[in-house]
Amino acid sequence: MAVVFEKTSMLTEKPFHYCPGCTHGIIHRLVAEAIQELGMGDKAIGVAPVGCSVFAYDYFNCDMYEAAHGRAPAVATGCKRVHPDKLVFTYQGDGDLASIGTAEIVHAAARGEKITAIFVNNAIYGMTSGQMAPTTLPGQITTTSPYGRDPDLCGNPIRISEMLATLDGPAYIARVSVHGVKYVRQAKNAIRRAFEMQIGGMGFSMVEVLSACPTYWGLSPVKALDWVEEKMLPSYPLGVKKEAFPEWNLKS
Amino acid sequence: MESQILIAGFGGQGVLLIGQALARAAMLEGKEVSWIPSYGPEVRGGEANCGVVIAEESIGSPLVTEPVLLAAMNAPSLQKYASWVAQGGILLYNASLADAPDVRKDIRVHAVPCNAIAENAGSVRSANMVMLGAIIKLLPLVSVGSVMTTLHAMMGPDKADLIAVNRAAVEKGMAAV
Amino acid sequence: MAEKMLMKGNEAIAEAAVQAGCRFFFGYPITPQNQIPEYMSKRLHDIQGACFLQAESEIAAINMVYGAAGAGARVMTSSSGPGISLKQEGISYLAGAELPCVIVNISRGGPGLGSIQPSQSDYYQSTRGGGHGDYRTPVLAPSSVQEAAELTQLAFDMADRYRNPVMLLGDGLIGQMMEPVLMPDYRLPADLPQKDWAAVGKPAGGSAPRAVINSLYLDSALLEKHVNGIYEKYAVIQRDEVRYQAEWTEDADYILVAYGAAARIARSAIRRARAMGIHAGLLRPITLWPFPADALRELAARAKAFLSVEMSMGQMIDDVRLALDGLKPVFLCGRAGGMVPSVQEVTDAIVKLKEGV
Repeated sequence: MAVVFEKTSMLTEKPFHYCPGCTHGIIHRLVAEAIQELGMGDKAIGVAPVGCSVFAYDYFNCDMYEAAHGRAPAVATGCKRVHPDKLVFTYQGDGDLASIGTAEIVHAAARGEKITAIFVNNAIYGMTSGQMAPTTLPGQITTTSPYGRDPDLCGNPIRISEMLATLDGPAYIARVSVHGVKYVRQAKNAIRRAFEMQIGGMGFSMVEVLSACPTYWGLSPVKALDWVEEKMLPSYPLGVKKEAFPEWNLKS
Repeated sequence: MESQILIAGFGGQGVLLIGQALARAAMLEGKEVSWIPSYGPEVRGGEANCGVVIAEESIGSPLVTEPVLLAAMNAPSLQKYASWVAQGGILLYNASLADAPDVRKDIRVHAVPCNAIAENAGSVRSANMVMLGAIIKLLPLVSVGSVMTTLHAMMGPDKADLIAVNRAAVEKGMAAV
Repeated sequence: MAEKMLMKGNEAIAEAAVQAGCRFFFGYPITPQNQIPEYMSKRLHDIQGACFLQAESEIAAINMVYGAAGAGARVMTSSSGPGISLKQEGISYLAGAELPCVIVNISRGGPGLGSIQPSQSDYYQSTRGGGHGDYRTPVLAPSSVQEAAELTQLAFDMADRYRNPVMLLGDGLIGQMMEPVLMPDYRLPADLPQKDWAAVGKPAGGSAPRAVINSLYLDSALLEKHVNGIYEKYAVIQRDEVRYQAEWTEDADYILVAYGAAARIARSAIRRARAMGIHAGLLRPITLWPFPADALRELAARAKAFLSVEMSMGQMIDDVRLALDGLKPVFLCGRAGGMVPSVQEVTDAIVKLKEGV
């Protein structure tokens, strides 16, 4: 019988610990598949964050680091400078990348550091059980914004992709989502494109992936996907935010 | 026996270089030596000084607190450090920029018009070299030959004309005291 | 043949590091250590595959060190007190993940922004771990420019041997002063362990397990096992790596304990005291951790009293007291804030010791 689908070998056998309906699992698979399809399995080195994906080092089947909270881009920088021919990526959530680690991601991007950041934005702190994130939407209820996020009190969400796209260092920045089949396919393409940019030495690349957190949004998995569509997309418009070398591809 | 030397002046007068030339020359002669500068925000255009300790055996404190010789390249440093000179020590001051100090009888005081002499010798920028000449004349810790060799090494081979100017300035400084 | 060069302590540390194979440096400007990154930026520029990077912060710098150390490279960072405080998070992670690296602290007066003058008030921070969790870092304290070069190279070897960050603790005086240096003829010890744990990109089809550079052990029993393993390593360090210098101790009635720049002042003061007929001696710890406790205890058989000479308010004195465990009285001669004790001040303290005991 012909095999029509199999799990990528870039993921380990370890079962994910993620909650039911969480889309981290999809994003892990997309990243792993992209690495495998690009033939970079024996060159990939990943850096896991602090947050729900803290155990990413258990799932990606390549050399991995676990970094301090927010510092993954600095760790990836140190690694990439030692191994410029490897595919070095970070996998970070919104608390990690957009709050405690803003300095590290901004400067890695500004330097045009030849690493790829996979930025998972689910508008909440999941690991610590549902506190307000820098990307939490105005009015959104969390355990530390029990009356809804009040912009007067704690400001508005940060649109990291748009912000980093203003810099000269990034070669490629895109925001994608995984709340539907169409979106998953687009996300996969974006992740591939980001890795290709790194392989080609074109500069820093980042893919922001909107992700669902049914547990701390207090929604069923299906409703959580709807929430991404209805609430997140207006605040976090999808699309390629920066493509410094639109004509360039790996074959060229 | 440790001999402490203090060189002080404005930033930009080449004060640190005088100290380094002495220190390198002493090293060349196989002596123990340390050199320590003032550092930090106060050296930006303000006071600059360095202390040199030359000894036959290993040096304890590299800090200069009782110099056997003070070379003051300007009036504020003369004022500030004149009292530090050890009894029987030597005080040299740049008479082009400072008036004769009203001082102690227990030390030897020499006026060296460094800027004027340097100007006559070809470049006012070598005023520090005039002072260096005066120092090595009065303080027989390092030989003139070692200092010249050192200056040669510090300037580098592509600055032969500068070396000639500096050598002339050092010699005039030696003749001035 | 190598010849003596007149170098600043900071420059000697940087050059010695390069000669010991350090090819990666990540740092952030702060006085009084700036000559180290400046030197490295120039020196590493011309070496194939090497990298100097000025990070956006001390925090980023130490995490770049984590990245490079995890990748198997010899790597160094340097800073001064306030910056070292910021690096403590990363140092804890480095110790937890058992990564080798060298961290230089050219310390200055504190607390807070403090001063930029030489100080030894980071003793506790350096010798007690500094960051969170159960760990130690070996601390090497040079008291001359020559020794700064030698200990820098030793620091790299120790880091690799024990898979642990090693700290070189100098101060503004050691960093800024120039002295003649004969650069040691560095040879990589043949018995250093292979870095087979490093993240290098797992070779295709290889049998080696993938590398995971990590300090997270959510299972407490596993974490305890991990920490116990680290402490077994520390026991070996305490047994094998204690270094100190004893001067004039054979007939000493009074022992001064001082390290780094303070030891230089103490040496001058002892000379003065000896000229006055007082038998004083110097025990200079070269490793602050592990501390030369046994050597101190041996001296207690003869000595009447001990004087801890510090450019701090009495930090090392704790280790002196722990070592002597009440055998003999211990006194402090300390200055703070970036003030360096004068030779006369220390001499007076020795005289008082004699009169008081």
